[in-house]
Amino acid sequence: MRIVVAVKHVPDIQAERGLGPDGRMVRDGGDGTLNEVDENAVEAALVVAEAAGDAEVIALTMGPDDAVDAARRALQMGAHRAVHVLDEAAAGSDALGTAHVLAAAVQRIAQDGPVDLVVTGMAATDGLTSLVPAALAAELGMASLTLAVDITVAGGRVTVRRELDHADETLRAALPALVSVSDRANEARYPNFAGIMAARTKPVTVWSLADLGVDPGSVGSAGARTRILSAAPRPAREDRVLVTDTGDAGVKLAAYLVEHKLA
Amino acid sequence: MTVLVLLDHADTGELRATAPELVALARTLGDPVEGVWVGAAPLPAQLPSGLSRVHRVAVAHDEHLAAVVSEAVAAVVDATAASAVLLAATFENKDVAARLGALHGAGVVTDADAVSLELGHVVAGKTVLAGTWTTRVEVVAPLAAVLVKAGAAEAAAPDGVPTVVEHTVAPSYVGGLVEVVERTERAGTGRPDLASAQTVIVGGRGTQGDFGPLEELADVLGAAIGATRVATDEGWIAREAQVGQTGVTVSPRLYIGAGVSGAVHHRGGMQAAGTIVAVNDDPDAPIFEIADYGVVGDLFTVLPQVTAELRRLRG
Repeated sequence: MRIVVAVKHVPDIQAERGLGPDGRMVRDGGDGTLNEVDENAVEAALVVAEAAGDAEVIALTMGPDDAVDAARRALQMGAHRAVHVLDEAAAGSDALGTAHVLAAAVQRIAQDGPVDLVVTGMAATDGLTSLVPAALAAELGMASLTLAVDITVAGGRVTVRRELDHADETLRAALPALVSVSDRANEARYPNFAGIMAARTKPVTVWSLADLGVDPGSVGSAGARTRILSAAPRPAREDRVLVTDTGDAGVKLAAYLVEHKLA
Repeated sequence: MTVLVLLDHADTGELRATAPELVALARTLGDPVEGVWVGAAPLPAQLPSGLSRVHRVAVAHDEHLAAVVSEAVAAVVDATAASAVLLAATFENKDVAARLGALHGAGVVTDADAVSLELGHVVAGKTVLAGTWTTRVEVVAPLAAVLVKAGAAEAAAPDGVPTVVEHTVAPSYVGGLVEVVERTERAGTGRPDLASAQTVIVGGRGTQGDFGPLEELADVLGAAIGATRVATDEGWIAREAQVGQTGVTVSPRLYIGAGVSGAVHHRGGMQAAGTIVAVNDDPDAPIFEIADYGVVGDLFTVLPQVTAELRRLRG
């Protein structure tokens, strides 16, 4: 069984994050990290692989030089090898452009042997669009099972449970399939020393758009179907109040709510 | 310019609260505005005013699957030559829009809180980076699919059902790839929908599992009840109440956090709220950094006092 797990390098959400004049995420802060829920995706991929026995987990990432750190983290957790799509023309891709490039990479990986399962996180903490998983599945013509909180692979089929706003669902599909994973799906393992050492020698393949046969004009800023017209930090909240309760804080808060027509 | 609105509904046919808001917003964007109703649920007796027609699409596979809904919407886009589709910003609809993007060339904007037409292009407003930045995003593709957050517009008033146009989408390869083994729709909580409520009260670790004071204040304020990841993990409240980056995103007029520390994951789901009130006995809780009105105190004392005072003021 071969499993591709897509991982993204994102600015640390604990750090100061911002947008540049072009409206794109500032990605040179140096404090990037593996997108958190992608750790759950890697964990899910490893669990499925371990249960299947003879399985290979390939971490796939796309982005500038630093992005390989995300793949490296997946390797430390236990993925076998990594693919890094690195091409300046891919910069500025919107979610659909990203999905297009990732799909081409999965298809390129599949040239060496079929890919049975593609696993992604349900969202990235930078863009938070959650569009890539379903778009990637659509591009690949694969079954799409998103937002999984529980994943079972058996008998050539994958079954996931998911919890939506208004309903709980159990979905099932024959492999190959794409699964996007919620942060509630599992507790991601922490890389141990042996894993960190082993990751240093695990292969990372670097592909350009040309290697994947992707037209540079169809992705990146050039191919984006959305354009950011303006981006500005929200003004700071003004007239902020902080009180320590000395017995009547509830009464004061009630007055504040009424005064501001909030109650 | 024809604008389509996906009319989300329960299996009973009851319209989701966001649908009338989307119709109102669509009216400001173009004309005609037409509804898309996917699946076999009965049409309600009333629909939001402003719809010229409703396209009811019969589908060959399970109508809850994003692949099936996106094929249905795409069929109506083709039939009407629509330029924009508005969808409620749910995770299911994000999958639908993603497929409209990947397979039908749509430009997609998620979590918009405003939509307008500028020089022939759809422009959406949205906040990003946990509500700390505002952006305006233009769709340059000929078809725009915009996922709109709850509360982006005043709901259109109910009206009769306009002309219904019937469509049938044939069985398809992708539509049959996924089987819905089981599906259970949850009944409402009797409170406003968390994602669209004007007032949201969230309980965190500090509640120690006792949401009683929050419930009583919610009764007075007509608020929805949410929770932090800790509170749902502890099993104090249902999973779907989780507010945060991987849970529900809320942007109510009033947010009240009770015993909420304000971890960054949680802030990502509520920081765009109009007014943020926090009650926490820890003066160092990070939520006080973003609160408009913070009370350092015991929520079990402060909240009941707020409830009682509001009741008193209302006589």
